[in-house]
Amino acid sequence: MDANGILQILLYLAVIVALTPLAGGYMARLFEGRLTFLAWAERPIYRLCGTAPEREQHWSAYAFSLLAFNLVGTLAVYGLERLQVWLPLNPAGVGAVSPTIAFNTAVSFATNTNWQAYGGETAMSYLTQMAGLAVQNFVSAATGIAVAVALIRGFARHSAQTVGNFTVDLTRCVLYLLLPVAFLTALFLVWQGAPQNFDAYVPASTLEGVHQLIAQGPVASQEAIKQLGSNGGGFFNANSAHPFENPTPLTNLVEMTFLLLLAAGLTDTFGRMVGDRRQGWAIFAAMGLMFVVCVSLAAWAESQANPALTVAGMDSLVGNMEGKEVRFGIANSAIWATATTAASNGSVNAMHDSFMPLGGLVPLVDILLGEVIFGGVGAGLYGMLVFVVLAVFIAGLMVGRTPEYLGKKIEAREVKLAVLAILVTPLGVLGLGAISLLAGPEAIAAPGPHGLSELLYAYASATGNNGSAFAGFGAATPLNAILQGVAMVFGRFAVIVPVLAIAGSAAAKKTVPPSAGTLPTHGRLFVTLLIAVTVVVGGLTFFPALALGPVVEHLALFSGTLF
Amino acid sequence: MISHLRSALVLTLVMTALTGIAYPFAVTGIAELAFPRQAHGSLIERDGKVVGSALIGQAFSGPGYFHGRPSAAGQGYDAANSGGSNLAPSARALAEAVRARIAAERAANPGERGPVPADLVTASASGLDPHLSPAAAAWQAARVALARGLAVEEVRALIAARTEGRTFGLLGEPRVNVLALNLALDERRPMR
Repeated sequence: MDANGILQILLYLAVIVALTPLAGGYMARLFEGRLTFLAWAERPIYRLCGTAPEREQHWSAYAFSLLAFNLVGTLAVYGLERLQVWLPLNPAGVGAVSPTIAFNTAVSFATNTNWQAYGGETAMSYLTQMAGLAVQNFVSAATGIAVAVALIRGFARHSAQTVGNFTVDLTRCVLYLLLPVAFLTALFLVWQGAPQNFDAYVPASTLEGVHQLIAQGPVASQEAIKQLGSNGGGFFNANSAHPFENPTPLTNLVEMTFLLLLAAGLTDTFGRMVGDRRQGWAIFAAMGLMFVVCVSLAAWAESQANPALTVAGMDSLVGNMEGKEVRFGIANSAIWATATTAASNGSVNAMHDSFMPLGGLVPLVDILLGEVIFGGVGAGLYGMLVFVVLAVFIAGLMVGRTPEYLGKKIEAREVKLAVLAILVTPLGVLGLGAISLLAGPEAIAAPGPHGLSELLYAYASATGNNGSAFAGFGAATPLNAILQGVAMVFGRFAVIVPVLAIAGSAAAKKTVPPSAGTLPTHGRLFVTLLIAVTVVVGGLTFFPALALGPVVEHLALFSGTLF
Repeated sequence: MISHLRSALVLTLVMTALTGIAYPFAVTGIAELAFPRQAHGSLIERDGKVVGSALIGQAFSGPGYFHGRPSAAGQGYDAANSGGSNLAPSARALAEAVRARIAAERAANPGERGPVPADLVTASASGLDPHLSPAAAAWQAARVALARGLAVEEVRALIAARTEGRTFGLLGEPRVNVLALNLALDERRPMR
């Protein structure tokens, strides 16, 4: 890694740190109801929905509203995919999506996963992309943020029965935050070169007289929200590596910033809403430290040239360029890979499948930790708060006191719910992954240990609602399309429901003042404990599988064994 | 439960209208007025015919053109089917493909002795990478100059003129747009 690469990584970190209080403050004002300049647009929406905006919901009603909304959204996307061949805005004439892929995709976008078992330019009409997939990009992001906000309210309130109103939280999140930011970003992207049109694909005759059909579409508008909402589903198959989705180093920086912006900002929103900003920064610090370690490892691994290729006569100066774009190079590919899997975004600007074994290990571990290193919008914060509950519980066991967090006694009910949420990732990845491995091993493209990495990555990505892939994996087989769909639903809602239950039970508790025996949760000691719990509980579960996949591949490759 | 579903249905319709219809059409409208060239894919026309997009790479095989990176998009540079090779670093298939490309580049550029620049023999992520590193372009300068009947210095000067540095001297990597470079070559000394 050259000095410029390191500088680009530092710049990126500085941008995220600088923007966190800005985004955090705005979202705090938004969800405390202090922003009202769009009230004129909110009121008719609530009236249409039959919602009284001032009436808040018990956590269970909040969960029901959320589940109903996500169910309807999934069905809407499924319908559009199956019917697109008869609907307008389909100049490329793509056919109806097959039932299993349509199910997989509908679930994928509704759960903020954006796993893509299809190639955008060959499978989806403009209408499906816009009115189906992009809509879910907005609302699945807003859903995640709503859950996080409900949980924050749970900790901020005391002796309360309600955690907020789902319809109001979702609507306000879209109107005040996602829509305006996406709109400006989309225009910036067009300026830089991302297409935005409804044209038919354009036939070109190249300088050597070869026919080249150039895909078009409303790319910029989709790209903007895809990054902002930690969605990650590309308009094109190659995602943000495609020059139309991510044309310049400048768009790359902006898109990478939006990968983490809202997730990082929410830590500060949390601090502000619970009335002690240090609490937010402590969580930010735990996330940030893990991020720095991950990005450093990825950048170092990718700046190594593949020894199997240098032996053949390839230059070793640059590093591993297979599956990377020249305009981004090693540093930007490593930052993106780390950020997109730290968040549950899953967009890519380089192909993770072709990363060096240890370079590919980083995104895999990021996902397996439960995507709590900033994480998906909302999902990262509530995932990390689940680990916080576990951390204070463990700390309480060590000193023999009832654990508390922010003045709330953490009791058996909360710890049980937290453990339920934490078990989701191992169950989804190892359980469903094992079924896939036994029932359909032919989906694995790569021979040798890399094949196991591909499968592990696929089920980690689906359960973690990430959406990136070791893309050689044959995810489009009916078996995998369905199993992955199940993993995505499980990974999303089997976490959300316990989290909302924690929110409800925390809200109902009284606040007790801190005493001499209270573990302060804003200091270095707590940050260290939180990281340790995350790594041990979240990561160690997968150590055997990781040893058999990327680690063995690394050792084999550098001792000259190919597969 | 019924009221939850009704509310969910209406909210989905409202959000579809807002974020799925109004938003993309508004962006399209403004883009059309403010950035019409980019909005339609930065197409390049020569003699009234579309020869490609400034952002999308295309296949070059003749000795008189600079060759771009190997492409795994469709049958190569298929701009309606993007993608990378997704080969594992430990895949024998990758090592064999790169070995063959190195042999081909060495045969096509007999004057060059050193190791072949990495980007010239590895497939890009999109399969549509429009760029080469300056080193990979320089590697082909002698061959192109010979095929075009130009002085090597002249071709090197063309590369230098078409080399884009890092944005603000910091972001991204230095690069040369292969299509732009080849268009400039055609302008200087057309292929017969």
